[in-house]
Amino acid sequence: MTPILTAANLHKSFSGGGMFRAVTGEKRAVIDASFELSAGETLAIVGESGSGKSTTARMAMRLLPIDSGQMLWDGEDVSSLSARALRSRRHFIQMVFQDPFASLNPRMKIWESVAEGLRVHHRDLSRSQRRQRVAETLALCGLDDSGMDRYPHQFSGGQRQRIGIARALVVEPKVLVLDEPVSALDVSVQAQILNLLNKLQRDRGLSYLFISHDLSVVRHIADRVAVMFAGRIVETGSAETVFGRCRHPYTQALLDARPIAHPAERALDSVPVAADEGVADSGCPFQLRCPRVQADCANFDCRLNAEGYACLHPSR
Amino acid sequence: MLEVSDLSLSVSIQGESVEAVSGVSLKLEAGSVLGLVGESGCGKSMTAQAMLRLGEHQGVTKAGGDILIDGQSLFSMDDETLRHVRGGRVAMIFQEPMTALNPVFSVGSQLIEVIRLHLDMDKRQARARAIGLLQDVGMQDAEQLLAHYPDALSGGMRQRVLIAMAMAADPDYIIADEPTTALDVSVQKRIIALLLNLQKKRNLGLLLVTHDFGLVAEMCDQVAVMYAGQIVEAGPVKEIFDHPAHPYTRALMGCRPEVSEPGVLMPVIGGQVPPPGRWPVGCHFAPRCALADNACQAPVVAKAWRSGEHIARCLHVPEVGQ
Repeated sequence: MTPILTAANLHKSFSGGGMFRAVTGEKRAVIDASFELSAGETLAIVGESGSGKSTTARMAMRLLPIDSGQMLWDGEDVSSLSARALRSRRHFIQMVFQDPFASLNPRMKIWESVAEGLRVHHRDLSRSQRRQRVAETLALCGLDDSGMDRYPHQFSGGQRQRIGIARALVVEPKVLVLDEPVSALDVSVQAQILNLLNKLQRDRGLSYLFISHDLSVVRHIADRVAVMFAGRIVETGSAETVFGRCRHPYTQALLDARPIAHPAERALDSVPVAADEGVADSGCPFQLRCPRVQADCANFDCRLNAEGYACLHPSR
Repeated sequence: MLEVSDLSLSVSIQGESVEAVSGVSLKLEAGSVLGLVGESGCGKSMTAQAMLRLGEHQGVTKAGGDILIDGQSLFSMDDETLRHVRGGRVAMIFQEPMTALNPVFSVGSQLIEVIRLHLDMDKRQARARAIGLLQDVGMQDAEQLLAHYPDALSGGMRQRVLIAMAMAADPDYIIADEPTTALDVSVQKRIIALLLNLQKKRNLGLLLVTHDFGLVAEMCDQVAVMYAGQIVEAGPVKEIFDHPAHPYTRALMGCRPEVSEPGVLMPVIGGQVPPPGRWPVGCHFAPRCALADNACQAPVVAKAWRSGEHIARCLHVPEVGQ
């Protein structure tokens, strides 16, 4: 079966803003990202800020031009399609943003915001038909139609994220790209939204590309995981493998940094306190922070091997 | 000791004074870490800011109770003494390190300014202290860092600079409001370890304001759980994790992704936190609580449970957590 999304060697570099790079170690570029997403599946891309995970998501959405590499939507190469050609295909893939408040126009009524996609992709619908579709979509997302004529500030964070999801769903996409969709929410609300996403996926066969830095959330929702560091995917596999027996030391570091569930699990005495955020310019990018580093890491080409990790000295 | 005693705070909503924090009591002792936990809008940040008498210019006023440092009321102090307490005895670390730092001044000038505000030092001495403080918070190349501007730093490094600023005048108490929420997980752990390390070394009293039970598990000795303006449960951290009493505490702990099973629906708390002005008359949590009955319609006071140290504001406490 053809994957619903295929990314092959996506590459993106940004020029400018380099003056302070040396201090922050921040490189948002994507050097090499390849992945496949199957129908009905959730692939999580995890990594810290600057790892390139959001840039990868934006290339997958074709919100950013792709420098080199290929992006296929349902088997069709969209890497170099024009803006006009993309517009007619955008109903296939839609995005949900981290901050639903920032992504909703404060001066537009909720129903108008949600209906925006319909005005582009379903121009034949009348106003009342659009309102009807919006009401149905809001209902899917757990909101009744009494809020249709209200404004974003009249809703709580969780409700706004439901609106953000409805806005993406209204054009009936096959794929949702979710960029940190729950990280701005309270835990109790986060659980509600994760349950909603699970339900929508089950009921409608949606595929999710889930971007997150929070491994506890990812463990809950993902079927497969790709771990990004400094613009490259350094480990990928089923959620079970990545969480159960990961090989890359960076993945291990991310897992170790997860919040603990009970005070009895405290092990902070072993955590070093010094700042440590460096990224190596050549060889393995993680070598400056890696507990398993050896001399040959300086010349490593960082390609994923057949087992799905890019490391010369893996754990276990 | 820094003590919040039966504190109530009001805010002005559309010209009307509305209670937003109701009868909160907390004791922050030297050498201990107290967690104040709750969801957005529960009043935890407002309480924390009141402990430095901040927020008053935003229309937050004291409606009752008191805040005492070593027995002296913050509300009976003259401005000069209060200025000394702020930063000198009680320092604050905010969530968003980019907004807490001034983008147009270098790290060094901001740090040196704070040092000289509180300590009698000339520029050279203050500069040397600034370098020392940056080293204390785990920054390499501290001297070069002084010349940098905040936007040249990563989120984690900015938070380290803020922690250094909080330590500038050797305070006795630190109030940290969501100090790691804006940071990457990989950076969070180190910042937490750093904060605890400084807290132990300097015997600080640390108040951690957070929505994250994971952080509480990691850092705190004592916990107070807030819901809709009230403390609903408080006690020693192990006791609260092992025997949570209040239905809200139990529900909030249950919906953490780190304790839930993958692939199954996560437990949720139905409904929403009522905003100030729309609190129920009786137990504030009753409309969302599975155990609520008619008795919960009347005001509920906190009572001791299991031990004198563990209190819960629930009529049904004997039925839960056993």
